[in-house]
Amino acid sequence: MDKSNLKNQQSGEPRNESRRGFLKQSAVLTGVALTPAVALKAAENQWDEKLAEALEKIPLKLEVNGVSKSLMVEPRVTLLDLLREQLHLTGTKKGCDYGQCGACTVHVNGNRVLSCLTLAVMQDGQKITTIEGLAEGEKLHPMQDAFLKHDGFQCGYCTPGQIMSAIACIREGHADSAEEIREYMSGNICRCGAYPNIVDAIVEVKNGGKKV
Amino acid sequence: MNRFFDKVIGDPMNRVDGKLKVTGAARYSAEYQLPNISYGVIVSSTIAKGRIRSVDAKAALRSPGVIAVISHENAIRVPGWADNEHPTEPPTGGRPLRAFHNNRVYSNGQPIAIVVADTYERARHAAMLVKIEYDTDKHETNFEANKGKAVVPAVVKKNPKSGLADYERGQAEGYKTAAVKLELEYVHPTEVHNPMELQAITAHWEADDKLIVYDKVQGTKPTQQAFANEWKIPVQNVKVISEFVGGAFGNGLHNWPHETAAIIAAKMVKRPVKLMLTREQMFFMVGYRPYTWQKIGIGADKDGKLTGIYHEAIGQTSSYEEFTESTLQQTRMMYTSPNIGTKYRLLPLDVSTPIWMRGPGEATGAFALESAMDEIAFALNIDPVQFRLMNHTDTDPDKNLPWSTKYLKECIQVGAEKIGWSKRSLKPAGVRSGEWLVGYGMGVGTFGAHRGAAAVRAKLLANGTVVFQSAVTDIGPGTGTAMVQIASEHLGVSPDKITFQLGNSDFPQAPNQGGSATVATVGSAVVATCKAMKEKLLGMAPAADKRFAGLKVEDVTFDKGYLSLSRSPSVKVAFTDLLKKQNLSELDVLQDSKPNQEANKYSKYSFSVHFAEVHVHPATGQVRVKKVVTCADAGTIVNKKTAANQMIGGVTGGIGMALQEEAVMDHRFGRYVTKDFGDYHVPVHADVPPIEVYFVNKPDYIVDPMGTKGLGEIAIIGVAPAITNAIFNATGKRIRELPVTPDKLI
Repeated sequence: MDKSNLKNQQSGEPRNESRRGFLKQSAVLTGVALTPAVALKAAENQWDEKLAEALEKIPLKLEVNGVSKSLMVEPRVTLLDLLREQLHLTGTKKGCDYGQCGACTVHVNGNRVLSCLTLAVMQDGQKITTIEGLAEGEKLHPMQDAFLKHDGFQCGYCTPGQIMSAIACIREGHADSAEEIREYMSGNICRCGAYPNIVDAIVEVKNGGKKV
Repeated sequence: MNRFFDKVIGDPMNRVDGKLKVTGAARYSAEYQLPNISYGVIVSSTIAKGRIRSVDAKAALRSPGVIAVISHENAIRVPGWADNEHPTEPPTGGRPLRAFHNNRVYSNGQPIAIVVADTYERARHAAMLVKIEYDTDKHETNFEANKGKAVVPAVVKKNPKSGLADYERGQAEGYKTAAVKLELEYVHPTEVHNPMELQAITAHWEADDKLIVYDKVQGTKPTQQAFANEWKIPVQNVKVISEFVGGAFGNGLHNWPHETAAIIAAKMVKRPVKLMLTREQMFFMVGYRPYTWQKIGIGADKDGKLTGIYHEAIGQTSSYEEFTESTLQQTRMMYTSPNIGTKYRLLPLDVSTPIWMRGPGEATGAFALESAMDEIAFALNIDPVQFRLMNHTDTDPDKNLPWSTKYLKECIQVGAEKIGWSKRSLKPAGVRSGEWLVGYGMGVGTFGAHRGAAAVRAKLLANGTVVFQSAVTDIGPGTGTAMVQIASEHLGVSPDKITFQLGNSDFPQAPNQGGSATVATVGSAVVATCKAMKEKLLGMAPAADKRFAGLKVEDVTFDKGYLSLSRSPSVKVAFTDLLKKQNLSELDVLQDSKPNQEANKYSKYSFSVHFAEVHVHPATGQVRVKKVVTCADAGTIVNKKTAANQMIGGVTGGIGMALQEEAVMDHRFGRYVTKDFGDYHVPVHADVPPIEVYFVNKPDYIVDPMGTKGLGEIAIIGVAPAITNAIFNATGKRIRELPVTPDKLI
């Protein structure tokens, strides 16, 4: 049984090799002045991991739910994956990664945005609000209360996205009738099919007149 | 029933876990933060049949952060698979696909390798660098082209008395001599569950022989057993956590290769591995509702009495594992008819294995049966509601047993009134609204009222709260909420003092959440546990107040955390005082419950009927469902709010089935071309009209002590034909191949 794919990795050998290769390549591509000897030493001391990280990642400042974050992220990291995997804000859900389901909806400066279609680095300096940032302590946002009251969910997985979208839908002025709500909420799929209850919740919040 | 009955059971109480769901605090399988976690990404096959010649992982391994690339070439052996390494004959019905077991490719999209890296992005990138070469064999994925090769299911060959065996009552094809007869073919395409949560598992070996998985499944106990068998470790060494399940609709009723792939990977890299499938992968490796061809021969006399139904079905399955479902059962029991025959066959193709999808089999079968009923009613010039009532049966003609309860007629009457059936024209295209043609249709659904065995633990704590525990999962119906309500009623403790913990294999036995059986199964165990706890409390009561000595539970009222004498309510003592008196910090009760034999003397089914009003635009073929009325005879309704939500959800699924959902395969490659929500359409807000839900709400105590019969399946069964029948009524066009997309109507 050939287990080389794993064993080699565990021995560390190919990793150093790949790191050296990476460093050489990076040195050429980015113009970082490193001599091969230095690179070799870096690899031996496993400095390359840190250096690679410095080269692969770029700084990013975000305000997430009112908290300032100074982060280092790879440019390919989506806002969704940043929230879920690095900031551990798992209330924002991954449902498709293609912007087709709405489960990942968050607010950027108060507007609804599909976080799976947004690279985190595109949002430098922006204010991000996720489902975790809606309630004030124990006091739920009126939309959260309305979803509870009207049972606007079953499994709960699309719910954070529905709620973020619902708030934005009212803010945008697209919640003047049940029909209009259905149209402007159609980017948020609920496979459990709690749609009529979600619409009822939005209608109630809209008619309640509270600031969302 | 005590006086709490009206207050708690049936109360539209908010969900007990609702706050967690609306604040983002509910944790699903990919959301547990484990130290040193790594990320797995599956590389799947791009051919439908053949052998893997080579897996070239060099580039992937050079990619930063990559820890391992695991395929059949280097995967550790799963010890539980060794026994069948060289079977003299394959097991009956085949077996699930084994991840990385050998070089065989059985379907396109099959997991071939898993790339593990320290971040998700690195794993995903490296997965693109894995090069796989194949020796390709000719594949067969086209159902219509291979229909003639359908076979008798292996389970039937093994057991000729199986419910899937050919069935004959009177003369199977007796319809042929009827005064009015029709022979009709229906096609149901492959549908994919597509729960919003992608299938996910976080696997972690806490020790060499100790596994914990946070897994998206519908049963923690069956999954625990499956993995214990695979790894040949004691069952208590496997812990399965599924506290929240982001929808499943059946696809969590089977353990799939990606789960074992993650477990293999976690064992090999000695780190926790988190794996979440992509939406595209959800189409290829976690089951689907199978493509099914059906033919119905139906006959009636001129007065509208059915004289015969012959119903054939061929369902698709994989080449390596037999999947069967109960497509034809309702044809045997739904209507009174002297002649009934059914014939079920399977067509194995080079595709992955299907799995039950909400209203499994029955929903597919109901499309054919309820369409055929509508078609022959039209041929007889009889109103379809009347036609169903004329052929209603008051006993089960299949099992020849009385129904435990059946209130289908009441459902039909209420539904017809609420949809405004009287506005319907018997003649198609008889009603217009501006440019739109207006039609009304109905369809009946039924599903067995099943109850299994389960156990529940309850712990009464010194502060008067009670914690219940069950291994059961909640995929969305609101199981925890219903159980709290049942416990509250049967123990006499207010719901806010009760918590119901679930989704953990360490908790007492519960089967999969499926088959609409959870409330009947686990709820019965809650009732039994409450009864046992009451007995214990009563046994402790004389120490606090002698007047409780020598009494039976029936003599005592349990309410709001107090026992009192039913005859003299001022004599009362708090549960908590009983604990104090005995110096106990808690009172722990574990009780199991299973169906009683008496229930076998009855035929037990839930029933539903769905009425739809549709508008069809004749020029564009656009169909808008304008209103649905759905009525259920599901016994006691524990929580009207969550129950109504389940019905709404089933109707929504039925709208998808009728009008939108179809997994389309490119047979040149045996690969779905619809593989995301852009191509595979499911109902969105704009597709779903107001839905009115009505419950008969009459208890069936033969099924279980709460009187419930189950709701999840009947919510969808019969919805699609209600809509297609309405389309016929609107347009005069009968579409027998789902979904009814606009191109079929113009």
